[in-house]
Order: sequence, then C-alpha cells, then structure tokens
Amino acid sequence: MNTDVLIIGGGLMGFSTALQLAKRGARCIILDKDSPGRHASGVNAGGLRRLNRNPAEIPLSIASAEMWHDIASLVDSDCDTRFPGQIRVAENQQDMLALEQRAAMVRDLGYDHEEIIDRLELYKLVPALMPECEGALICRSDGYGRPFHALDAFRRKTCSLGVECHDSTRVDQIDHDHKGWRLITPKSEYRAPVLVNCAGAWAGPIAATLGEPVPLKAGAPMLMITERLPRFIEPVIGAASRKLSFKQMQNGTLLIGGAHMAELDFKRQSTEMNWAKLAVSAQTVMALFPQLKNVRIVRTWAGIEAFMPDHLPVISRSSTSPHAYHAFGFSAHGFQMSPIVGKILSQLILDDQTELPIEPFDIKRFRNDM
Amino acid sequence: MSAAELKSHYSLVIIGAGPAGLCAAVAAAEHGLDVALLDDQRAPGGQIYRAIESIPTERARLLGSEYQRGDKMVSAMRNADVEYYPDTQVWSLSREREIGLLCGRTAAMISADQVILAGGAIERPLPFPGWTLPGVMNAGAGQILFKSQGIVPADGVVLAGSGPLLLLLAWQYMHAGVQIEALLDFTPMRNHLRAMPYLPRALLAHHYLLNGLKYKMDLKRAGISTVQNVSNLRAKGEKSLESVSYIHSGQQQTIETDLLLTHFGIIPHIQLAQAAGCRHNWDKRQQCWRPQVDDWGNSSIDGILIVGDGVGIGGARTAEHAGRLTALQAVHKLGRIARHERDRLARDDRKWMRDEQHIRPFLEAFFHIPAKLLGAPADDTVVCRCEEVTAGAIRKAISVGHDDSNQVKFLTRCGMGPCQGRQCAESVAHIVATATGKSLPQVGLYRARPPASPLTLEQLARLFPDEKE
Amino acid sequence: MFKRLDSHPEKCVTITIDGKPFEAAAGETVAAAVLLSGIGYTRTTPVSDAPRAPFCLMGVCYECLMVIDGQPNRRACQEYVVEGMRIERQHGAGDLSE
Repeated sequence: MNTDVLIIGGGLMGFSTALQLAKRGARCIILDKDSPGRHASGVNAGGLRRLNRNPAEIPLSIASAEMWHDIASLVDSDCDTRFPGQIRVAENQQDMLALEQRAAMVRDLGYDHEEIIDRLELYKLVPALMPECEGALICRSDGYGRPFHALDAFRRKTCSLGVECHDSTRVDQIDHDHKGWRLITPKSEYRAPVLVNCAGAWAGPIAATLGEPVPLKAGAPMLMITERLPRFIEPVIGAASRKLSFKQMQNGTLLIGGAHMAELDFKRQSTEMNWAKLAVSAQTVMALFPQLKNVRIVRTWAGIEAFMPDHLPVISRSSTSPHAYHAFGFSAHGFQMSPIVGKILSQLILDDQTELPIEPFDIKRFRNDM
Repeated sequence: MSAAELKSHYSLVIIGAGPAGLCAAVAAAEHGLDVALLDDQRAPGGQIYRAIESIPTERARLLGSEYQRGDKMVSAMRNADVEYYPDTQVWSLSREREIGLLCGRTAAMISADQVILAGGAIERPLPFPGWTLPGVMNAGAGQILFKSQGIVPADGVVLAGSGPLLLLLAWQYMHAGVQIEALLDFTPMRNHLRAMPYLPRALLAHHYLLNGLKYKMDLKRAGISTVQNVSNLRAKGEKSLESVSYIHSGQQQTIETDLLLTHFGIIPHIQLAQAAGCRHNWDKRQQCWRPQVDDWGNSSIDGILIVGDGVGIGGARTAEHAGRLTALQAVHKLGRIARHERDRLARDDRKWMRDEQHIRPFLEAFFHIPAKLLGAPADDTVVCRCEEVTAGAIRKAISVGHDDSNQVKFLTRCGMGPCQGRQCAESVAHIVATATGKSLPQVGLYRARPPASPLTLEQLARLFPDEKE
Repeated sequence: MFKRLDSHPEKCVTITIDGKPFEAAAGETVAAAVLLSGIGYTRTTPVSDAPRAPFCLMGVCYECLMVIDGQPNRRACQEYVVEGMRIERQHGAGDLSE
C-alpha cells in the first residue's frame, strides 16, 4: 500500500498529526498494533492543564489550550471538555512560598496564565477543601476532557478526511531505500516517503531502528475512580507538596490520580495495581477532603505511557534519517498537548519549519545517554 | 471469625463457602493445611444451601431433599480445623496470590501459598425491555427470599425464562401455596431436537431427568400450565411493574402482575479469576466464559486453582467432588502428599464426578439460549443497568467503528458503574458479536478493573498507614 | 408484592423505612424488609432518576443501594436489620459529605 505519510501509533498524537496533514491534502495511513486509543491516549486522566508546566512546554501548552477551547471547530465535537480551572493548593506557608516563586518565574518569562490566589478566593472556589490552607496557584481556564471521547472525535474527523487507520496491525520491520519508507506488517507492506513515530510507550524500538536510541521507559500511572457523588467541586485540584490530581467528572464520579505507578509487565501489556501506593493517594484525598472518607472506589486502572528521564517529550525530526519524525515520550502529561503536536508535526513535514520553539524536545538531546 | 483474628499468611485460602469451597476446606484441613475460608455471605452454604444452618425444618422440607444435603457439608466444615471468615468480600487477587479483602468493614491484605477460587455462579443477566422496573427480579432472588427468610410472592407471580432453576422454583412455590399466574418458557421447541443426541448419556443420570419430569407433572396436576415457546418478553409499568407482555403463537399476550421473576440459566462468576489475570475461554455449549483449568483445577496462573460452578456450570454435586479433588491438588503442591497418593485419594470423587456430568450436555443443549435473545435486544432495552446504557446506544458505538467490548465500554460507559460490569459484560459482548459478525473471543470481555467490589477511601488508606509518597 | 409464609416471626426488631416504623424479623436482610414493607422502589438512579428496587439479592447487581443509618450506597441485600436501624430510599447519587 502506498501513501504520503505513514504514522505508527493510533493514539491522540497520531490522529492529531494525521488530521492536520489531511486538512492540507496529504494522504496518511495510521498503523496501530491494537485498537485506537487502547493505551495512554484512551485511559489517561484527561487533564487540560497549563498550570505548573515545565517552562519549555509552556509555549506549546498555551497554543494547545487555544485549540482545546475551540476544539469543536477542529473535530466537530467538544470532546466533553470543561474549563473550570486547575488549582495547586498550598497547605502551609512553605508551600505558599514555593507557589509564589513559581508564579514569579512564569511571569518573568512573560506569561500571565498562572496566578496566585489568597485563601479567601481559594475557599470561594473550593468550599469543600479542608480548612487552614494558605492559598493556591491557579490557571483559571484550564480544565479537563474525556480522553476516549477526544480520541473518538479525532479519529472520526481524521478518517472522514480520507485517512485510513489500520488497527491490529503490528509493524515488524522498517526499511528505507531510494523510494522512501517501507513498513512490513504480518498482512502487508506499506510504502510512503514520510514516516512518523507516534508509538507512545512502544516508540523506543522504532527510534532505535532509525539509529537514534532513546532512554524511554514505559510506566503505568494508576488512576482510581469513585462512585457518583452530588456535585461539590468544580476545579481540578492538585497540591503543592503532594502527588495528587483530583477532579469531579462530568457525571459526579471523582477521578483520583497521584502519578503512582502500577506494576507493569510490559511484554504482556498487563498491569497490576500497587495498593500500597494507591493507599497513599487515598490518604492524600482524605487529608484535603476529610469528608470523603466513606466514598467508595469502584475502579482502578493504569494506562501504559512513555516516560523520558527529563519528563519532556520528544517532538522532533529524526536526526539520522530523512523524512522521519517523532512525537512520543510525553511522560503522562501529553493529552493537553495533542492538538498542537499534530500541528507542529504537520508543519515540519509539509513546510520544514514551525513557529513554535521545539528545540528542547529534540531527539538529539539523548545522543550521549545511550 | 473476625478481622482481628486474620493472619497475614495461610498455606491455603479458599474463597467461597458453597459446596466446592466447603468440601475443599474440609479435605485440606484433614491433611493438616492451614486453611482460611473466606465468604461473602453471613452464613456458609453458598447460594444453593443458603441459610441451611438456620432454616426451620418445615421450610427446608418445602425446598426438597437436594437442598438438605447442604447440612452435612456445612457441619463438616464447622467441625474441621478451618478458619472460616463470613461476611468477607475479596476485592483484589494478584498473580502472586496477595488477597485484598474486606472482613466486616475492615480492609486487610493477606497472602497464601495456594488459593482456591470457589466463587460459584451468578444468574445470566439477560436484558429485555422493562427489566429495570421495580417488581422485576431474578428467579434466584425469589429463591433466596424463600430459603433465607421464608418470604414468598403475596399476590401472584409470573415466572419467565429458561432453565432448571425456573422449574424448581415454580415447584417450590407451588408447594408453599404461592399463586403462579403464568410460567413462560422461553426454551425454543427446536432445543428438544438439539438435545436428543445427548439423551442416552443423560439417562445414566436419570434421577435428574425424573426430578424434572416430576416437577412438571406436579405443576400440571396443580393446574399450573407452562406456556411453551414464548418470545418478546416485555415488562411494563410507570413506577413499578404493572404487566408483562410476550408473544406466543404469533399473538401478543399481556398479564397483569406486580412481580416477574426471570431466569435464563447461570454462568460462572469470573470476576476474581479475571482480576488475577487467569486465562479464560469462551464455551459455546455453556454460552459463557470459563477460566481455563486442568483436571485438578489448576488455572493458567501457578498457585491459583478454580473449582465448582466458577469454572463452568456442573451443579452442586459436581462441585462437592471437584472441591475435594482441588484440595488434594493444593495439598500435593504444598508437598504434603505424593502424586500417587493424591491420585489414589481422588479416585472415588473422580468417578462420582464423571457420573454427575452425564446430564450436563443434555441440559446445555436443552436450555441453550437462542442467539437472538442474547445478542439482539430491542434498541430501547437498558443493557447496563448502572449507567443506563441502552442496546441502541451500544449499537451506535459499534456503528462508528468501536468493535470490541472494551471500546464500547470506553465510549458509552457501559460496565463502569458500581456492579463492575457483572450485569452487562456478557450482553455487551453478545451485542457486539451479533452486530459485527465477529466471534465472542474476538469481541472479548471487559478487562478487569479492580477492586472487584468497592471499598472506601478510608478503608484503603488505613490498609497501609505507614506508606509514604 | 411479597409476604411471609410464617406471619408471626419468632423475634422482631423495629426499624424505620423512610421514617415509618416497620416490624422486621430478626436476622433478615434490609432488602427483605423493604420488599415486605411494600414501599415499591428503593432508590432512584443518578443517571435518569428512574425508580429501582432489589434485583439479584446476592450482592452482585448493586441495584439495592439505600441509605442505611445515614450511610448511602449500602447494598440492602448484604445488610441485616438491627433494632432501631434507619433505612431510607436513596435519591440519585448518595451524599457522603454530611
């Protein structure tokens, strides 16, 4: 099969890239070894957060937020997004100091999306929070979406523009010759001048095949969700000195994440919950919202994600091969970035340039590590 | 026993105190194993021998002689050196045999060298329009009320479905003087033909056939007629059930009633085996997923054995024998008896078990649920009771390209409610398979998402009080 | 809908169901008591406010969630009546923040 661009990985990054390419007339085929959104893209916490990003990610995150706020114009669906703000709570003066420093740093970089709020405003926004917190850092128009709904919307829009997605299609071999790229799968052979690696936790071997190995580590951050509760909190809550991401979803359930990892058997693609670490998440929630102690956890899971040692993604041209590109390693905060990453890759592929600063995400940064 | 007495480790933990679990516990204790028997219910016996220790004699008589067998099994367990923990729900089981449980209201994590899952069966959830209305219940629920509390329908009842339990319940109700408005049999006529080839073997276990015939004749004599070959069941009502309609001989019929009990067979309760990651296979004849086990109950995971109706429907007597066999295997694996000793001790149970199984192929063919009933409910039928996802919504998700159970779940939220998909997993798989033409193994079941039963944030938090970030 | 075979249970406990006193038999489940009480539905769903009542009675279906002694989301079929127990219908998602 011949096409213009072959994308490995039918997650959000793959579809977002294909969507932008298809809008500009390029033909694409996406190959996924499972089903679209089977791993990180479909089962992440759905955070749409600019708050507390690594400075290198801020420009991309801001550009992406603009796209999320108008996501229906891109994919004909609002992806069930809500923008009630994201908050990072300071439980004591030391926390508050750290948050103030963070706010000052972001301001000095020339951005105004993160601001400090005092306790008065904090309790106005989150009356259910335990008493005696000091204040918080807030990004008022941050929010969240439903990942699988987003994936579904991106996939449908992309496919409506003629992109094909071949699922259950594992890429066994990658070659390059004068005619371009050749991918061999159990059922057929694909050819295209351009190759894109959006394979998430499985991106490492592809990069290595291209002669640019990366120190990618697969991990499975655990999430837990509770039974439905009457609405009692709007913004997404984190804490300055605790691992926590906490939000009440559209339907009233509470989604609790804390970046604690499940035991992962990568080869079998199976995860086992680490209950001791989930207990820490439960303790954290109870510390901030003691009234929730009798809320019952109904489900836990862990999607398999790609982590880089510096927790920054690879968004990059290949440093070794012509017409090959990478977007992976989002280290459990890629959902928010997916619209802009598709745009950046499409620009790199079609225009050989992008207006966004992507140097920090270059794959070459790992050259000396491997 | 109570949570405070739980040890952190046992050589053998058995989950489920029905016939399989009871017999396994007794056999293992006889060989000196350190055994904990955990059970969801407040008293031993499982669903089949529910309330056997507390039931008044008169009510026990109404339930028949098979029920009374449970008495011996339960007292054997009570007299054995077994730590029995009632009111204990297991919410997690890992490959390494770590067991998360709630004993009363206290969460605990224990471990075992060997685990025997004897979780039994659940009634096959089969969605039809109106099945969520108050007044519509499982036939098994009717039997539970009868067994444990002597509670029966007050103003008549409609029984509907297909399977031996339906007939048994009708017979038990008849003896208790309950007014049976109608017995609607959904078993298609063609199943009589389908079952014929298995009749000769079934005759080797003719007491089951005779019992069935006796129930039928007793019911007929009492003037309770069975309406055969019915279809298109619908429960109707505003706030609760008011009437039941169905089609018989091309005619729609309606019966006014405030109580409908339905039954469409039973299927293994595989939640924990799935959570542990045991391999499961689709069984065409039993129309259910079954954990893969060998002759000794070994699952695909070392140290986790599964037995009784939880591996495939074999009935209570089969479960007794299999329970003992599996216990012997656990005893053998723990080095207490040699292989030949295990084989010798297993001989009788193995033979009896074979005898018990003569009836199964016949029953499976006779009560085979038609594919249309399983996989093609009307669009307005609620399939996921918790999240109220209809068959129409599921088919819509399928039509836009989500062609396996898990994708449908992600998109529609079916299976994401508190019951953890127990009431819709099978139906969703059937609906996807019917709509896409894929096989059931291709469509798959929901992936396990622990906890298998909910626990509170506080219960989890207290489980590891010293754990730090 | 349901009745006791034995109309005079040996030992009774008094509970309240939605504020009304009810004589339950000692040792029976909350689900059995509410089915006998004739209150009809025992909860409304958080999704569409539809009325529901106990369905499987063996702890599997989670349909019989009720507010018991102020605690929502309790499975009535797994809880046993005790003297003075307060049982209430649960309307929609159970409120745990009280």
